[in-house]
Order: sequence, then structure tokens, then C-alpha cells
Amino acid sequence: MVGLVTAIILIPLIGALAVCTWPPASAAAAAGRLRNGRPIALMFNVISAGCALALWRNFDATATELQFVEHHPWIPAINAEYLVGVDGLSLLLVLLTSLIIPFAFFARPAPESRAFYATMLVMQSALYGTFTAQNFVLWFLFYEMSLIPGFLLIKIWGGENRDRAATKFFLYTFLGSVAMLLSFLGIYLAKGTFDFAALASFGKTGLLSGSLAWLAFAGIFVGLAVKVPLFPFHTWLPDAYQTAPTGVSMVLTGLLSKMGIYGFVRLLLPLFPNEIKIIGPWLLALVVCSIVFAPLAAWAQRDLKRMIAYLSINHLGYCMLGLFALAASPAVAATIDTQAALSGVFMQIFNHGITAATLFYFVGLLEQRRGLRDIDDFGGMMQRTPLLCGWMSVAMFSSLGLPGLNGFVGEFLIFKGSFALAAAFTAIAVVGLLVTAIVFMRAMQSLFSGPLTETCSAFPDLLRSEKLVVVPVTLLMFAIGIAPQFIFNIFNTTVVQMARLLS
Amino acid sequence: MIAWTIYLTFGGAVLLLVLPRALARWIALVATIAGLALGSVAFVATPIADLTQFRTIVLAPWVPALGMNYHLALDGVSLTMLLVTGISAVSTVLFSWDVEHRQNEFFFWLLLVVAGCYGVFLSADLFLLFVFYELVIVPKYFLIAIFGSTNKEYGAMKLTLYSFFGGMFVFVGILVAYVSGGSLDLNQLSQFEFSPQLQSWAFPVLFLGFVVLAGIWPLHTWAPTGHAAAPTAGSMLLAGIVMKLGSYAGLRVAMNLFPQGFEMWSKWIAVLAVIGIVYAAAVALRQRDLKFVIGYSSVSHMGFALLGLATANALGVSGAVLQMFSHGVIAALLFAVAGRMIYRRTHTRQLDALSGMNLSHAMPFAAFAFVVAAAASMGIPGFSGFAAEITILIGAWKTYPVAVWIAGAGIVLVAAFTLRALKLSFFGEKRAQDEVTKDTAVNRKEFNPITIPEKIGACMLMLTTFAVGVYPKLLLDRIMPAVETMRFLK
Repeated sequence: MVGLVTAIILIPLIGALAVCTWPPASAAAAAGRLRNGRPIALMFNVISAGCALALWRNFDATATELQFVEHHPWIPAINAEYLVGVDGLSLLLVLLTSLIIPFAFFARPAPESRAFYATMLVMQSALYGTFTAQNFVLWFLFYEMSLIPGFLLIKIWGGENRDRAATKFFLYTFLGSVAMLLSFLGIYLAKGTFDFAALASFGKTGLLSGSLAWLAFAGIFVGLAVKVPLFPFHTWLPDAYQTAPTGVSMVLTGLLSKMGIYGFVRLLLPLFPNEIKIIGPWLLALVVCSIVFAPLAAWAQRDLKRMIAYLSINHLGYCMLGLFALAASPAVAATIDTQAALSGVFMQIFNHGITAATLFYFVGLLEQRRGLRDIDDFGGMMQRTPLLCGWMSVAMFSSLGLPGLNGFVGEFLIFKGSFALAAAFTAIAVVGLLVTAIVFMRAMQSLFSGPLTETCSAFPDLLRSEKLVVVPVTLLMFAIGIAPQFIFNIFNTTVVQMARLLS
Repeated sequence: MIAWTIYLTFGGAVLLLVLPRALARWIALVATIAGLALGSVAFVATPIADLTQFRTIVLAPWVPALGMNYHLALDGVSLTMLLVTGISAVSTVLFSWDVEHRQNEFFFWLLLVVAGCYGVFLSADLFLLFVFYELVIVPKYFLIAIFGSTNKEYGAMKLTLYSFFGGMFVFVGILVAYVSGGSLDLNQLSQFEFSPQLQSWAFPVLFLGFVVLAGIWPLHTWAPTGHAAAPTAGSMLLAGIVMKLGSYAGLRVAMNLFPQGFEMWSKWIAVLAVIGIVYAAAVALRQRDLKFVIGYSSVSHMGFALLGLATANALGVSGAVLQMFSHGVIAALLFAVAGRMIYRRTHTRQLDALSGMNLSHAMPFAAFAFVVAAAASMGIPGFSGFAAEITILIGAWKTYPVAVWIAGAGIVLVAAFTLRALKLSFFGEKRAQDEVTKDTAVNRKEFNPITIPEKIGACMLMLTTFAVGVYPKLLLDRIMPAVETMRFLK
């Protein structure tokens, strides 16, 4: 009997096989639309989305323990178990994954290749696995499993400079992973378990002692900081996001970056509370650098994808701000602030996933129409393509944190919580909001208004197929912005529990 | 019931998106009239005793886990602001009656601005207030960037960035208030005793963040360019209501929450306000573009409102609220004449060009409206501007006698630039008699007559400023008691 969580992890893998093998290559040419495998991939996406919804439906939002737990022995010699289960955070990320992957399949320009869709599906499976695994070995397996498809997707289907970008992406993340693995081996040798819950319970008393603890901390920190990424470990990101095909950029920013944050929440914060407290101000300084410098860098970019890539660093910086503020606050923090910060971080995880993916989607639409995507290649589009500009502006406003849209809710909560916990750093971080606004306003101005560029005059406005993608996503942004409660309900209990654990 | 001003206006905006173009302006008109009617009914029907406290009208949990509520409340100050919002909104729609370019979208943005303003004036929850406050920025940007004229992208951008810049400080101020006060509820926070040390720096952060939008010197430079770039409706709303958001929120939030901080800084606010009054008036005297003249006059008039707030006595603050009302009406009228009646017909706003056109003959009604607006703006007794400014000056006399003298000089400058603009625009130098008659004949044919909606809109604004000027007690009766209960008064 396969449990629901295992099913969710397996379905995309089966889908990847199906995309590769069916219909058989000889019949493929005749199959026309089926040639590139997208319909099949989408079909499997519908199934896994259905399973994710079933998970949500049967999820008991008030229960404090893990749900849908599946527990099987795997490699007893090293205490590695097949242990999967979901809590509020996992469920949130599973839902986000089920949303972003099919969204990415609709992105343009898309490679006409079955292998592309198969690779994406493998990536999806890895993501589901990472977000549900509760044992380090299993988690690490999925974590690494996402690396190979990521590398291939950039290397094979990327644009200009793809070799360099793919190698950089791989080396950075892989070195980070190795550091993390070594740290965990150290922890395992000391404590003899890989189970997340068990490890977290050691956190309070100090997992390791002396310099070994710092070594382990540094390894895990670097591994995760590269993944998120956190300044100054971010330099692989603009190259990778820029060159990857639109759909891959959407997945990279929407989901892969969340693996890092998820790791921080699940591993680093519970395992090393004392270490984080000691060097907390330095970590917060790095976060503030991410938040303030990244949008300044974005300001200087001409390439739209690179611009959004830098802004992603800024937005993920807010997540890190909330996490470090609550972990590093020296005094015994008020529960309500810790909860606010943590809720904000979870909210921001979800919101940034949707919003950044939507922005990349729109840049893809522009690239599809124009063949280029430098900010100077466009101008005055509002006159010819008002719908495209209008919906794209909504995504931009959501990203710059306008009230009424989803981005604001998360950012407000993060600021609200972290202000109480680390006032000075948070106050400086507010500057990031302003710079982000400037970047977007400038982009909007030079893309949408001004004189109509000749090359933009023949653009078609949003096509029906594009509307079908854009409208639901935008409605979701508004829904979360106006009545965020339905998202809060998913992770409320988890937040309360984690806040208790961390403070 | 008064909460429906927000819902109806938002509802109208949503309807505009789905209904066909032919209905657009009617929907906008109905929605704004409904808002004004609700405001008027509340004005007449609410007993004055009920307006002394910021009394809750709607309270529903929003994100309960984090203490955010959907909390609306009403007192005399917010009722006055609701009323001027309603009046400006209706007249703005009337003056936009012949907008052709992307009509639905135009009225959609317009209603969003109005709805956001209603929301700010009624919010009793800091989070909610901030949401509405920020919500006004976007439609304002689009109104200017899409439908504006002169240098519209630059003006829209400058205004938006200034707003976000102010918003950033507001955001920090709100976080400070929440973190130390432990609540987002304005009524609860205004009972809370913040430490004097905190107030000393939190007050300027919050207050300055808000009054960027009120055009405080030296953060006023967005106002003239924004006004000049905006379409007529945009300028009317901007000067009429949006600038008031800043001074209103400064009063409602910053001064009420941090009274001791206010006490420490009030004289500096007075200094900035007085500089703003005189400086903007002096600059207006040298402008060649009629809209720039009015733009700077707005800065000067808002300086009076800020001076009134800085007096920290009931009279001065009530005068400031009255000035917000009065300037909302007068500025709307001035921009309506300059932008709609003159610019739409002559296609120029350059005073030099206008002075040769003999417009007082070509457009007698416009000339009449402009004379009334100019008189009200100069502070001639009998119009609302006088009632407001005299109240402010009497209030200021008790606290800052020197400021009164300088502001008095400012009034002279205001009169000077207003008369100059009036003379150059409508009553330019006479030319040879035959030339004039010829010109006038041409002009009469060339210029479309002033339309009925324009006349209704102008009459409405003129009557309002006149009524309040003759009988300011009508408003002051409701403003004063509400101000007197506020915490910063000793």
C-alpha cells in the first residue's frame, strides 16, 4: 500500500518515464501535438496536483504532530529510514510545487523537446521529496536529486553563456552540499541519528561541543546559504536565472530557492540555536546586505531576467531576515513577535514563489514576442498591448509589496515580527523596499510608457491561451492579499509549535 | 452605514471593468454621488455628541492571530474629510465628462483613488490605514502616466517615488508603534503611554513620512510637477484629497500616538510650514505655466494646514482641518478652470500666450469661476479660505506670534501671485479695439462653450466654498469637539 505522500513523490517520476517512452518515437512525428511531451507532462501534473489537494483536504490543521507519516526501514546500518510526512510547512511547499511546475510548463519560449519535460518532472519529484522527507539521508538524497536536472536544464536548453552558468550553478551548490553532508556525518557520529525530530530535540542542549559544533554549523550554513542564496554566496544566481529557459527560471526561483529556506527552518535553526545567537548580528548583517544591495544591483541591469533575478535575492532576503531575527534575538522574545516573523516567512515563501514565477513568465512572453529582453528593446507598449502591460503591472506591484496584493502580507508580517526582535537591522532593511519600488517603477516606465518603439508595434496582446494562465494566478495574488487567512490556516499550528521550539 | 462609502466606490470601480464603455461615466457619477450622499446624510443625521470620539462603526477580525482588524471609526474630523472627498469626487467626474481616451480605465483609476481616500479617513487600525494609504499611490500613478500631459512620465514617477519614500518612513513608524504599544488599534494606542525617549524619534519619522504627501517644504517638489503632469481630474483629486491624506494621517496617527514627541518637534514643524507658505508663494509668482502656479499655491496653502497642526491648540488644529476641507474645494475649482476650461479649449497653459487671448470675453463663465476661486484662494472674507486661515492664525497667535507675522506676509504673496495669474490668464492687455472684436469673434466660434456638467461641477464647488465661508460654524461645530478630545492638547 503506497501512502499519499509517496504517491505524490512517485507520480512525476512515472510521468517522466511516460513522457520519454509514450508515444513511441516512431509514432511521435505523426502524433503532432504530442511530439514535445507537454500534454502528457501536464496530465501527470494534474494527477499530482489532485493528490496534493487531497493532502490539503485531509490535513488536520490543528494537529501538532507530523501527518501522513510513512515509516519503513531503509539502510538500518546507518539508521537511514524512509520517513516521510507533512506538517504545515511541508504542505505549503507541496502545494506551491504543484502550482509552479505546471505554470512553468506554460512558459514561453519553451524548448520543443520531450527530454526537457521529462527532466522537469524528475525535478518535481525531487522537490516533493525534499519538502516531505523527515530523515536527513532521505532528505539529502532528494536535495541532491534536484541538482542534476537543474544542471541539465540550464546546460542543454539554456541561452547564451549556458555552459558557464550551468557549471557555476553546479559547482556552487555541489560544494555547499558536500560541506553540509560532512557536517551531518559529524553529527551522526556524535549522536547516532538522522531523524529530524530527534536531532531537533538535541538542539537545546547543544548538539556538539567546542570547535566541532562551529565546524558543523559552518558547513550546513554555507550549504544552505548558497542554495537560497544569501549575500555573498549569491553570484551563481543571476547567471543561472538569466540563461535558463523561462520555465526553468520560474522553477529555480519559485521552488529551488525555497529548498534552502526550508533547510534553514528545518535544520539550521533547531540544531544550532546557541551558535546562531552568538553570531546572530553578523548573519543579520549579511541578510541586510542581501536586501539592500541586491535591488541596487537590479537597478543597474539591462536584461529583464537578470533584473528579476537580483530582486529575487532581495525577496528571499526578507525570509532570511525573519528567520535570523527570531533565532538571533538575545532576549527571551515575545511569542507573538516570533510567531509573526515565522508566519511572515512562510507567507513570503509562498508569495515569492508565485510572484517571481509570474514575473519570469511575463518576461518570457515579452521575449517570445520580441526575441530580445533588454529593457531598452521595449517602449510604449501600453499603447498596443494594454492587457499584457496591465496584468504584468499587477505582478510587479505584487512583487514590490503593494497592499491588497499577496507580497505585502508576508513582508508586513516579517517586518512586524523582526522589528521587535532586531529593530536596527529591520529599519535598515526597509530601504530595500524603497529600492525595489524604484527598480519596478523604472522598468514599468521604460517598458510600458513613453514613445512606442517600432519593433513593439506589431506585438499581439495577450492571447487567449496566455490569459487562461495569467488570470487565475493574478486572482490568487489578490485572494491572498485581501483574505490571507486560508493560507495561514495551513501553517498556523506549525508556526505556534516552531515558535515554541525556537524560543 | 458610512462604511458603504468605501464599498460603493470600490463596487463602482469593479463595475467599470465589466460594463461597456457607454455606461462608464454614469457609473462613476452614480458611485461618487452615492458616496457624497452617504457623507451628507451622516453629516446631517449624526448627533454632534457622537462625533467627539473616534467611535467604532465596523469592527471585524481580519487576521486575528496577528491582531489585525478591519476596524473603521468616525469622528468630526474624519466626517469633514469624507465630505470634501465626496464633493471633490463628484466634481472631478463632472469635469471629466468628455474624457474619450480609454474611458473605463480612466474612471476605474479615479474611483480607486477616491475609495482609497475614504478608507484612510475611516480607518481605525494602523495596518488598515496603511493598506489604504499605499493603495492610493498606484491608481494615481496610472492616472498621470496614461492620461497626463506635460512630461507625464517624469511627473508620475517623481510623485510615486516620493510617496513610496514617505511610505517607507510611515512603515517604520507603524512598526515602532506596534512593537512598543502591542496593538494596531488606533484607539488603544492613543491610550498607551510611549516612553518620551521613543516618542522623540518615532514622532518625526512617522509625521514626516505622512506629510511628504501634504507637500511639506522641502519635500514638496513632487507637487508642482505632479500637478502639472496630471490630467485635470488627477490634479483635482491630488490637490483636493490626496494631499490631505498626509496631513490627516499626521494628525490622526503621529500626533495622537506620540504627543510628547509632537511637543518636542512642533516648533520645527511650524518653521517648515512657514517657510513652505512663503517660499511656495514666492515661487508661484515667477511661474509661467498656469498649472505650476496653482501647484505651488497648493503647497503654500497646505503650509497653512501644517502650521495649524503645529499650533497644538484646539483652535489652530481645527483651523487646519477646516483648511484641508477648504483647500480641497478651492484647489479642485482652480485646477478645473485651468485644466479643463482653459487648457482643453486653448491648448496652452502658458500665461504669456493666454494673456493675448482675452479669455474673459471668450469664456465669461470660466472667468467668473476663476475669479471666485481666486478670491477664495486669496482668503477674501466670505469664502472658506478666509474662515480657515483666520482660525489658524488666531490659534497660531497663542503659540507662535512670530510665525503669524511671517505667514501674514505669505498671505500677501498669495494674493499677489493669484492676482497676477488671474490678470494674465483672463484679463490680458487690451489690444486695439477692432483687433479685439475680431479676435473675440474668432474665439467665440473657436472655443466650445462651457458644457453643462462643467457648469454644475463649478457651481457645486463655488457654493461649497461660499457656504463654508459664510457659515463655518457648520463644520467647526463638528471639528472642534473632536479635536478637543485628542490627546496632544494639554
